[in-house]
Parts: sequence; C-alpha cells; structure tokens
Amino acid sequence: MMKNNAILAVEAHGLVKTFGDNRAVDGVSLSIPTGSICAVLGPNGAGKTTTINMLATLSKPDAGNVKIFGYDVVRETQIVRQLIGLTGQFASIDEDLTALENLMIFGRLYGYSRKDSKRKANELLEEFGLSDVASRALSKFSGGMRRRLDLAVSLISQPPLIFLDEPTTGLDPRTRMQMWQSIRNLVKGGSTVLLTTQYLDEADQLADNIVVIDKGRVVANDTPDGLKRSVGSSSLHLTIKDVDNAANAAQIIERILDARVHLAEASELIAPIDNTDKLTDVLTTLKDAGIALSGVNILQPTLYEVFFALTGEGSKDQKEEN
Amino acid sequence: MTNTTIIPAVERKLKNRIGVGTTIRNTCTLTYRALLKMSKNPEIFVDFVVLPVMFTLLFTFLFGGAISGNIPNYLPVVIPGVLLMSSFTNCTTAGSKLREDVDKGTTSRFKSMPIARIAPLAGSLIADLVRYVMGGTTVFVTGYILGYRPEAGIPAVIFSILFMMFVAWCLSWVFAFISLCTKTISTASAIGVVVMFPLVFLSNAFVPAETMPSWLQYFVLQINPLSRVVIAVRHLLTYGTIGADFWFALFGTLAILVVFIPLTVNAYNHKA
Repeated sequence: MMKNNAILAVEAHGLVKTFGDNRAVDGVSLSIPTGSICAVLGPNGAGKTTTINMLATLSKPDAGNVKIFGYDVVRETQIVRQLIGLTGQFASIDEDLTALENLMIFGRLYGYSRKDSKRKANELLEEFGLSDVASRALSKFSGGMRRRLDLAVSLISQPPLIFLDEPTTGLDPRTRMQMWQSIRNLVKGGSTVLLTTQYLDEADQLADNIVVIDKGRVVANDTPDGLKRSVGSSSLHLTIKDVDNAANAAQIIERILDARVHLAEASELIAPIDNTDKLTDVLTTLKDAGIALSGVNILQPTLYEVFFALTGEGSKDQKEEN
Repeated sequence: MTNTTIIPAVERKLKNRIGVGTTIRNTCTLTYRALLKMSKNPEIFVDFVVLPVMFTLLFTFLFGGAISGNIPNYLPVVIPGVLLMSSFTNCTTAGSKLREDVDKGTTSRFKSMPIARIAPLAGSLIADLVRYVMGGTTVFVTGYILGYRPEAGIPAVIFSILFMMFVAWCLSWVFAFISLCTKTISTASAIGVVVMFPLVFLSNAFVPAETMPSWLQYFVLQINPLSRVVIAVRHLLTYGTIGADFWFALFGTLAILVVFIPLTVNAYNHKA
C-alpha cells in the first residue's frame, strides 16, 4: 500500500495539441495523487476536453508525455486503457437499447462473462437508482438519467482512474447533487477522479485540487482554499451614485478590505471580500465620507473573476462573449 | 459499489496487447449489439425486404415482355440482377450506423476501452450480413412466386445468396470508408447512390449487353466488375457450376477487402 501512494495516478508534462494554427493545449502539466479528485476548470474552448482526450488515450499529444499510474499513454496504451474509465461530454450510450442492455454490452466488452455482466449491471443500476427503468429504452430517459447511466458504464470495470468530462453540464440542481454524491462515493472506494467543469462551485465542492486552464495553458493549480484565497471567496459590487467619487471610494475600500479594487464600469467597483463583517465598515466609512451608493451586492465569485484574479485580464471579454 | 474497494493499479495483472481471442470476443459482442439495435428499429426492414420485392415486381412486369419476349423468360435474367441491386444498395448504407456512433461519441468511449480497434467496425459490418441474407432470400421468394424455378435447384440458390453476401460484405468496407471520410452522413449516402446507379444499371443486371452500342458493351462487359458478378450468379443458377467469372469476382472483391480493411480502420480511428 505504501508503494500505491507513491505512484501518481496522472502525471503529465508539457502537453501540447495543435489543430491547424490553433494551439488547443499549449504546455499543460498535471499531477494527480492516487485517491484524490482533481477538477480542471475553464471556460468553453479552454482545452479541457482536448486535455482529457490525450490523458484517456483518445488522441496522441503533439508534444509532452503522460503517465497513468506510471504507464506511458503512448507506448503502453492498452495497459492504460485497462486502468481508466471515460465519461465524455456527450452521452455515449445507445438510445435504441435499454439501460440493462447497454451496461451488459459494455460488461461483455470488458471481458466479463454474461452472468457477471448481468450481475454487475444490476448492481450499478441499483446504485444509480435506475433499477426500475432498467428495461426501458433509453430514448425515454431524461438527461440526468442518461448522464448517470453513462457514468455507470465507466464503472463496470471498476477502473482506478475515472475521467469525467463536464459531468453535470446541463443537469438540474437536484440531479447535479446526486451526481456529486456518486462522484464522492467513487473516491471513497479508492478511485481517482479527474473531472472538468465550467463551474467554480462544483470544483470547490468536489475537488482536492483545482487546475484552472485558459487558452490551453494552466493558469493556476491549487487547492480550492488556496484558489479562493487568491480570488476572495465572494466579491463586493458597489455602484457609486456620483462617478467623481469612484477613485475616492476605491481607496477607502482597498484600505478596509486590504484587496485590489477593480473598476468594472465607471461607477461600479468590484473587490474580493473574505469576511462579510467588513461590509458594515465599508458602508459606514463610505457614508461618513459622503459617498452615496446606488447599489450594493455580494456575489459568489464566478469563473470569470477567477480568471481576472489569476490573469488580470479576460474578465470583460469573457462576459461579453456570454 | 459504495462499499466496493477498487483494486489499485499496481496490484493488477495487465498486458499491453490485445490477443486474437479478445478480438474475436469483442467483435462478437459488438455484432450482437448491432443486431440488437437492428431488431429494435423494424423500419430498416423496409430497406432490405420491401425494396427487393418492389424491384423484382417492377422490373419483371415492366421490362419482362420487352427484353425477353415474356415474363418467364425474363426471370432468369432479372432475378440475379435484382439480387445484385438489393445487396449493393444495402452495402452502400453500411457505414451509416458506424458514423452515428462516431457522431454521438460512442466511438470515443470504445476507443478509451481495452478492446480490439477493429471490433466496432467488424461488429457493425458483420451484423449487416443478416441484411444481405434477408434481402437475397426475399428476392428468390418473390421470384419463386412469379414462377421462377432455377435449373440448378435449391443448393445453387443458397450458394448464390452466400456468394452475393460475401461480395456485398467486401464492398461494404469501401462504403464504410467513404461514410467515415465525408463530413455528414447524407453526403455519404449521396455518394453511395451516385456510385450505385451507374454501376448497377450500366451492367448486364437487367438488360443483355448485346443490345447496347458497342462502346457501352465494352464498359458493361470489360470494365464494370458487377457484370462479372451477375454472370457468375446466372451461371451458377442455370448450370450449378462455377465458372471463371466466379473466381474473378471472388478474388476481385477479396482484393478490395484486403485494401480497405486497413484504410477503414485507420479512418475510423482518426475520426473519433
């Protein structure tokens, strides 16, 4: 068991993948200890899926190398494939078949006998709360049910490393929670999980380590707490009535919160705030200084603010794109 | 699963290659998958049951009198022709299911699994054998109802169906390759039609070549490989023996198979 912990589940150095002129992944390095959850966080087009595809043997890196539990993905591809499970962004199960048939076919492909495949399929259906719809055609399944079944398929061979590409995108909040619970259970059983997500709160909820990527590069690699420290767990948005007071107000806020203030528009000030108690101080000081406000908001940080804090740019572009 | 402990990577027995046994097992599983999918979509039976019946009736009654003087005389000409046409039509759509897997992401999952690379392709194409056999049988049953009694008897009929199945199966790798290389499924099926029509109609499948202008005769008899297939089948059904055309058709299609298996597997692996 000692040896087990010494081996990293994923060890990637300087991964590059180019499509034409576009460097989709541009020097990504990752290391994930066995038994942990790593979240790769980034907006659409950041290179998350391309990275996962290289780690999961779907495409060869143009440069760099990847070891999965010490096995090289390019030279020892078939070994690596026995150690991983991949749940892609698109449900990859058959619409025409039932949940049980889908699971059994994958069980057979992993080399289990008919009987074992059936037993495992039924166990998984039970675990994912799909037993009563086991023999219903998938075309009648909801998005959340499909996503869960898709995850279940990856678990048939009980792989020690599971890749989940945006497992909760498009799911309703309740199904999302169920998915989170399933992912946590995996790790309890000893699996290592790498998931990609666009949601900071998801990464925060699940991950031991968050890797933020943007434009194919790693811009941060930290624990959720470390990341939040750099961003501020929440952000204070103040709208000043009189634009002339903005500079003055910014100074006051910077002094009290001990953080950088950034001007979103001429009259809107945004600053990270760790301790909401300080809000009272900010408001009273501003009032004493005669600076009137037209709006006060405390918002959870969004991915865009993470990027802003990490790169000092891109925040506005991202907002406009959306 | 909550209480299942995952066996750590270091304690697993792993090997870095897929053996022949695994390849065969994977292919069987994926053939089963394709057949199961077929059985759940009965509308595809229109393709390989209704169409052959329709074509047999259409050609027999439309051209029978004009080409062979009467219908009974035309049946030995047209039945092998329709057999060819229905098999060939079926094989032009061979890649559509594969393409669906690629587009939906199923292929990516297969690719991330420790299974033989060729299994998803082979499974899908082998399941198609059922279509050729059903199509072929339909043609002969329809012919029988119209009064067709091949001189060489039932064994020759069965052998013809199997021969045509093999030819169509080899050619289906070409169409699978095309469907994997085109941007959309509809482009691929359009190409299939464009290839199918001239090859089937500019052959001796429905009309004896002797009535054609000499330059067309040259194409029909010397260039179009499908004419050889039709001649081989007619020969088989009439005399119950195998002629030179049979071997020509067999080795020709085998050569196509040998060339296109690696090409198609390669296209499939790159597409996902």
